[in-house]
Amino acid sequence: MYDSGKIIPGLIIFVLFITIPIWYNHGDAGDAPKPELPKDAKNCVLPVEDIRANHMQLLNTWRDEVLRDGERGSFELDGKQYQKSLMLTCMECHTSKKKFCDTCHDYASVKPYCWDCHIAPVE
Amino acid sequence: MKYAFPLAAVVALVLIALIGVQIPGMQYFFGVVIPYLAMALFLGGFCYRIISWAKSPVPFKIPTTCGQGYSLPWIKQDKLEAPVNTSQVVARMFLEIFLFRSLWRNTKATVYDGPKLTYESSKWLWLFGILFHYSFLLVVIRHMRLFLDPVPFLVSFVEVGDSLLQIGAPTMYMTDVTLVLGLLFLFGRRLVNPHVRYISLANDYFPLFLIFGVATTGILMRFYLRSDVDINAIKQLAVGLVTLHPTITAEISALFYAHLFLVCALLAYFPFSKLMHMGGVFMSPTRNMANDTRMKRHVNPWNPTIKPHSYAGYEDEFRADMVEQGIPVEKELPPKTDE
Repeated sequence: MYDSGKIIPGLIIFVLFITIPIWYNHGDAGDAPKPELPKDAKNCVLPVEDIRANHMQLLNTWRDEVLRDGERGSFELDGKQYQKSLMLTCMECHTSKKKFCDTCHDYASVKPYCWDCHIAPVE
Repeated sequence: MKYAFPLAAVVALVLIALIGVQIPGMQYFFGVVIPYLAMALFLGGFCYRIISWAKSPVPFKIPTTCGQGYSLPWIKQDKLEAPVNTSQVVARMFLEIFLFRSLWRNTKATVYDGPKLTYESSKWLWLFGILFHYSFLLVVIRHMRLFLDPVPFLVSFVEVGDSLLQIGAPTMYMTDVTLVLGLLFLFGRRLVNPHVRYISLANDYFPLFLIFGVATTGILMRFYLRSDVDINAIKQLAVGLVTLHPTITAEISALFYAHLFLVCALLAYFPFSKLMHMGGVFMSPTRNMANDTRMKRHVNPWNPTIKPHSYAGYEDEFRADMVEQGIPVEKELPPKTDE
């Protein structure tokens, strides 16, 4: 083998670099986030699978309709009227940003820009 | 057609994952067994290829030079195009690896009536090549958010930067667009440019289709077919894989397994394909050697050891035969002693 003094260290650096996730986590998989669910409410505005997968798209649609098109319509759920609103509808039941929104968002490093405009509840 | 077979192979890979994962119990196979196998093949194959290259002797000093070599003091040397020492070689390699400098010099030859031959600078390959490679790098760094817990600053910084345009929700990534654009150009030039089309083989098209498949499934998963793409379950699987305690906690969409399977195919295929230019760019003797043939003697490593044999020694060995054949000798035979 030629130039082993350069190639072997280079290869070792490459392998260490590729396996960074192994060294970084220290073999500890960590716990999955457990968002705190509201106790008194039974239904969300969508079935649980849909709201989990599509809540950001729903909020984005509401934002566009309400702020850009001025359509502040309401929708009915279990005989009650609700507004298209993050603060007045979502946060009504999910009162805590830290115990609900942030648990999953921090885990998956998602940084929604809701709170660029909205003021987060004081906790 | 040279691109029909690779395209069919990628479609087959997607179908294998989409259908295979429907079989109960196969989620573990596609989510855990295959990724470990692919990673082992990638790392093992990569090291094997590099070491096999390192074992190949370079008989001659063969740097490609395209500028004025080191000469007399009043002749200006082109230090990047004809490097003579290690630091100049390092500078040349750095620009090649990080900025794709040799593609910057790419030209297009055209024959006009006359006949008249012209060469014209053509930087499109450089532009889309660099766009593609850096996009891919950022995409890989971004994906580290699924493998590292807690997410390091660099990864979240790249992600915030990448989604800076804040288009839609989840936010659009700029690198998704540039990666696909780069791929489409790299594929398009193999179809449109007759010279490149002529030399393109199935193993040129396959990685392009494969990476296109990876990008498409990823984009579909993030923006369009979001049902059952539970990011927390996916992160638990990914962190589990790298901490060697893999678990699949929830039902994850088949599209995710197709994405993962294509990535595994890419990793496993990588060391045995042209994608090895990732390691090969460092090992290329036409780039990493200094143009110093007149300063340092380069000994061919496979030269046999030949002992010097002077004429005097030769004559000593064959003197008797030479005299017998009447060949003149410098030193006569010793006078015969009378018996």
